[in-house]
Amino acid sequence: MTEYLLIDLDTERWVCRVCAHDLGDARGNYKPGTLVYDRDPREIHQPILDPDRYEFTFSPDPTYCRILEFYCPGCATQLETEYVPPGHPPTVDMVWDIDALRKQWEKRGTDPEAVFAYGPGEDAQKYTAHHQATGHIR
Amino acid sequence: MTTLENEPQALTELETQWVSKFMDETTLFLGPDPEIMRSHTIAERSVYEDACIAKGVDRLTVERIRKRIAGALDEGYEMCEAQGAAPGAKWGDLTTAIYTGAGDVSYLSCHGVIAFSAILHHPIRYIMKYWKDEPTVGIHEGDGFIHNDARFGNVHNTDQSMIMPIMRDGEIIAWVAATIHEGENGACEPGGMPSGSETAFDDGLRMSPFKIVERGHLRRDLLTFLQHSVRDPKLQLADLKVKIGSVRRIMERVDAVIDEVGVEAFVAALRVTVEDVDTEVRRRISELPDGTVSFNQFMDSTLKENILIKLACKIHIKGDKMTVDLRGTGPEILNRAINSPLCSVKSMMMQAILAFWWPDLPRCTSAMSCIEIISDEGTWADASYDAPMGQSLQASFRGFSMMQALYGKMQFSTPDKYSNVVANWFNQINTFLWGGITQHGDTVGNLCADLNGMPGGAKPFKDGEDAVSPLFCAMADTAEQEVMEEEVPFMQLVSKRLVRDNMGFGKFTGGMGYEMIVASEGTPHWGFMTVTSGSKFSSIYGMFGGYGCGTYPLATVKGVNVYDAIRKDPSKFDLSMEKVMNEQPFEGGKYSTQHMGLQFDVAKDGELYMISQGAGGGYGDPLERDPESVVKDVELGRIGAEVARDIFAVAYDADTFRLDSECTAELRAQARKDRLERGRPYQQFVDSWVTEEPPADLRYYGSWGDETDELTATVFEIDGPRRVKATIDKMPIIMIPDRREVKIAELEARVAELETKHGETVRRRA
Repeated sequence: MTEYLLIDLDTERWVCRVCAHDLGDARGNYKPGTLVYDRDPREIHQPILDPDRYEFTFSPDPTYCRILEFYCPGCATQLETEYVPPGHPPTVDMVWDIDALRKQWEKRGTDPEAVFAYGPGEDAQKYTAHHQATGHIR
Repeated sequence: MTTLENEPQALTELETQWVSKFMDETTLFLGPDPEIMRSHTIAERSVYEDACIAKGVDRLTVERIRKRIAGALDEGYEMCEAQGAAPGAKWGDLTTAIYTGAGDVSYLSCHGVIAFSAILHHPIRYIMKYWKDEPTVGIHEGDGFIHNDARFGNVHNTDQSMIMPIMRDGEIIAWVAATIHEGENGACEPGGMPSGSETAFDDGLRMSPFKIVERGHLRRDLLTFLQHSVRDPKLQLADLKVKIGSVRRIMERVDAVIDEVGVEAFVAALRVTVEDVDTEVRRRISELPDGTVSFNQFMDSTLKENILIKLACKIHIKGDKMTVDLRGTGPEILNRAINSPLCSVKSMMMQAILAFWWPDLPRCTSAMSCIEIISDEGTWADASYDAPMGQSLQASFRGFSMMQALYGKMQFSTPDKYSNVVANWFNQINTFLWGGITQHGDTVGNLCADLNGMPGGAKPFKDGEDAVSPLFCAMADTAEQEVMEEEVPFMQLVSKRLVRDNMGFGKFTGGMGYEMIVASEGTPHWGFMTVTSGSKFSSIYGMFGGYGCGTYPLATVKGVNVYDAIRKDPSKFDLSMEKVMNEQPFEGGKYSTQHMGLQFDVAKDGELYMISQGAGGGYGDPLERDPESVVKDVELGRIGAEVARDIFAVAYDADTFRLDSECTAELRAQARKDRLERGRPYQQFVDSWVTEEPPADLRYYGSWGDETDELTATVFEIDGPRRVKATIDKMPIIMIPDRREVKIAELEARVAELETKHGETVRRRA
């Protein structure tokens, strides 16, 4: 379903694509299965202009913006990030209809991982093949 | 708040009939028609279209007609680009398109801004409904209609269209139009996109669709009125002629096609194209997984002061039905320029669909026809008639971003993709607008092409391109600054120099943005403006573990002429925002930063204005980035040592830039361990993190969380600001106080505090 998340239609569980860690009921939000960290955005988007002298420095204002980092508890892969105001509830960013999904794939009759591609063109195939050969892409 | 008890007296049935009759017969004026403006659905097939199709549709003929039309539209596009006077025209910010008789876009030029044409069905339907049978107007061969007001269907008021009918035997069988980003439009600030507009009347020309070309002749009286209403009358005339010429050329080509295939085959081809795309889109929606995806964006500025306003979006998919739900979006702010009409937001959704979802489809607006859109009127992304919309792109570009971000999740698992998975494109027009008197004595107002240098988002297999193209126009150019300098009295002392660390970090990084430093010279009157947000809260976010862009300041050095300083000591001509602001090399200058909403600011000779383009979103976990790529980025100065260490966890020899693989593996293992230690189980985190409402001192507008119908807002009353929670229909009008008055009040309070502290008694008369 994403770079790091798949749905096992047999068990109806969210699963980490990197380490196969179980992330919870696939009929709901995957985030309850993750670890979360409230990141000060200045640590990621570090200031270019001197923060002692200037209000606007290329770094987000931590009183306006926080970055929520969602980690896989199994392999610590950063599955998602979310930019939110302090205290704003995390977004339930996707909820899928598992029954419909199962029917859709039964109708297709193919293995989702086997037919997966990042895009339609030669460009996507070429780069993907290259990175897969070097082990950089799964 | 004062409440008045003045419920209107109920009318009898007869009285209601009298009122209705009176209202029907007595129209004060024809404003935007809600029936036209709320709909983006293609028209029903007309009787004539049905008859044309019934005669048989030869698919090869249809394809041949499409190709010929595409060629004609591209020719018209190139004419506008080559001859247009507006800077926007020269860089490709324009479009040509052909429409069915009812006004649905059947085909767009291959280049240009999809959104420009994707919205013109509104004015065409208005013309058909109100002017076709109006005795004082009518529609005849050779007529041309102009319009620019977003309230009648436009991205924003800088864009002007020339819309002409194709007629046969007195009937309208199709329309052709050309639209150019003209810039100057007589708004309260030069350049046509006033961040300072506080009423709808500050937005400049408010052209409802009207006939300016009468049976082939440009009406001089109306032209004069338009020229009189803008700062750049030469531009107004020149580009009207350019658009007329372009549209006529397209119509000549269409005439040749019709001569060849016949009117019926031509009309059938236009309609069949619209219907084909509608059918194919439904099929493509049914390929997506059923479910709901959500995306919230937070905008940090009214362009006059910092606030936080939400644009909420949920997309529901079920079978071949898709619904886009914008409820939860913040309320409009009635004296700020950030509001957008819904049609403008929709046009940018169309931009995302035709450019980034399904770019292989014929460029036809039925691509969105079947998608239902739920939105509350009175929000900043669905603003009411009275709201100023000078910088409507603030909402409409986020309409693009929500569609782009959510499509990543919708399409990821599908086996048949029509476009690459890609993280968010940068979505702000970080550029300088300018106006004043040129070295040639002309009064002008427009903008630099750097808005077109938006960096691209990362793909799952490739870094995003640096400063590649704007989200709204794949083929646009960033122009030659030297050419511009022949026409305007300022130089870009730094042009297109990448800013260190300015990328969305990830396994694959988003494209980088460059900085721009300008200073005017040799002009009696000149000024600059900037019109964007994202100085406190990043304006785009990353994908699947990647990060978004940083935030962007406007930095200035005022009160000193840097040209003089550089002439005296040329070694000082070594500029970057970082160097100038942190080293402060120009003595006597006042160095300051502010957010990116700068209203027209008078620029004296040699005063520096500095901004940066943004960055594309990153894709994937940064700890998965190829370490060699990280070291290469350090060596090239694209990222600093801190970012390589803190974000990518890569070790290397700082002298030779050789990767230290062993140490990198250790750093990355430690970084993962650190994540597991600091990360808290979701529910535990939510319990301590989520607050009932936004921080008390944050002026926040929109739903707080997604599980409520109420919006949170700060309103300003007789005794100051007050936070309210209400559904949109009960939300009080929001007008933000003049920031200078707020500042004066703060300073006066501080003076009073200091006087008290020091025991000074000052008598002032009120």
